[in-house]
Amino acid sequence: MRQGLLRGRGLQIYTWLVIAWLVVPIAVMILFGFNDTHGRYNTAWQGFTLKWYGKLFEIGDLTQALVNSLLIAVLTMIIAGVLGSLIGLALGRYRFRGSATMNVVMFAAISCAEIVMGASLLSLFVTLAVPLGFWTIVISHVMFSISFVAVTVRARVMTLDRSLEEAARDLGAGTWTTFRLVTLPMIFPGVLAGSMLAFALSIDDFVITNFNAGGTVTFPLWIWGATRVGIPPQVNVMGTLIFAVGVLIAVVNGLVARRRN
Amino acid sequence: MSRLRAALTPYALIFPGGLWLAIFFVIPMIVMLSLSLQSGSVEDGYAFTFNWHSYADGLANYHDQIIRSLLYGLAATLLQIILGFPVAYWIAFKGGNRKSVYLFLMLLPFLVSFVLRTISWQFLLSDNGILLGPLKDIGLLPDGFRVLATPFAVIAGLAYNFLPFMVLPMYVALERIDPRVLEAAQDLYASRFQTFLRVVLPLSLPGVFAGVLMTFVPATSDYVNASVLGGTNTTMIGNVIQNQYLVTQDYPTASALSFTLMALLLVGIFAYARALGTEDVLEVAAR
Repeated sequence: MRQGLLRGRGLQIYTWLVIAWLVVPIAVMILFGFNDTHGRYNTAWQGFTLKWYGKLFEIGDLTQALVNSLLIAVLTMIIAGVLGSLIGLALGRYRFRGSATMNVVMFAAISCAEIVMGASLLSLFVTLAVPLGFWTIVISHVMFSISFVAVTVRARVMTLDRSLEEAARDLGAGTWTTFRLVTLPMIFPGVLAGSMLAFALSIDDFVITNFNAGGTVTFPLWIWGATRVGIPPQVNVMGTLIFAVGVLIAVVNGLVARRRN
Repeated sequence: MSRLRAALTPYALIFPGGLWLAIFFVIPMIVMLSLSLQSGSVEDGYAFTFNWHSYADGLANYHDQIIRSLLYGLAATLLQIILGFPVAYWIAFKGGNRKSVYLFLMLLPFLVSFVLRTISWQFLLSDNGILLGPLKDIGLLPDGFRVLATPFAVIAGLAYNFLPFMVLPMYVALERIDPRVLEAAQDLYASRFQTFLRVVLPLSLPGVFAGVLMTFVPATSDYVNASVLGGTNTTMIGNVIQNQYLVTQDYPTASALSFTLMALLLVGIFAYARALGTEDVLEVAAR
């Protein structure tokens, strides 16, 4: 009996139940983006409609919040992508005094409670009287993303064969040429994965943004502010579209990886 | 010259990112510590007075919320282990060539904004909503029954939101187990249960450890779940800190509480690491 439970269908059913639990709120979010609701509350099913997809950008400040989120995520992706990749390259490639300190700082930044990071950064901005807004959000997002990019790139760098670079040098390529033509293409998958991770972390961040946003509103902050008055269906639609893009990227990525193997 | 350049290269590489982390991560911690020792108010300005009162007052006024946060964080973490371990086990050993598909399904919630999926649960669990409403209509549940505003709702929400962080490291540890080790155990006449208890479980512990590290901290310090799914008597320390910083703007108390939370989490993590006998916390967590 125990064997049957452990080995057979039992665990499989259990796994699917957990997956169902994970997916239910997403399904509800998607479903109520198609709800033909008329009042302010999108809580009871009124019938199927596509009208919210047509009226997606009718709430001005919600659209602005989404635009802010996308801009901040792109800036974070670029800045944290570059700075984090450089750190990852240094840590994966060179042995140097201070690398242990860098590792500890990065581990601290990854494992630190978000609320503590957000609160301490706000403490700095308040003390220096820095006005809060778009750029303080970008600063905070780059801050918490750098370590994730660095760890991703470091892992990639460590798997590389150094003899390829030595070969390039033996063939007369200078330091920069070697980097551009040999090293960069080899670490690029890591850089890309790290940068995409930074984008994803940025666009979803609520806690640290909540502390350092001032009057600027991002997509998660707008939703947070709307919870008391009711979430309009446009939010469901935007959430659905972001979800769909994420699934698409993951599936394409998976197919490409499979083909390569 | 070129040797000097080679020696300086790694420093040049880490400089910009390292500087960013120094200015916006390390220094703010020091600023927050200093702020927690100051006295004054927003109107009159602050003076550095080594005022430990903020800590004493914070603990005196908010020890309920602190203890509650630790309990909720612990409960959510345990719930995640119970929910996640069998799943990680099944995917690792029975997932076949669809392992990545199952893992992808486990990660789906991360493609929806954290705030949005918590609100989705609020909607699902609302008092007369699509789950409880019909059950009340047919009389299976009393009219006054509610899930929202209970500790259960908050803990389940926390477990939901961070579950993938628990499953992934456990899966990685289980997946690494060499099947020959399991065969060896059976050749030595271990029953299936003994094999699990004395081979699989110990080998999976690093994964469980990493998972706990990745879920206990965000769960304990969270305030979104308590705000959206909880009520007035499920307030966590994160709610207090957020309120003190952004609404009351009592910065000394807020930063003292924030520091207390950080200290508690650090002590908890290190005590836990020692108890488990893990030599190098960094090593495990770095994976």
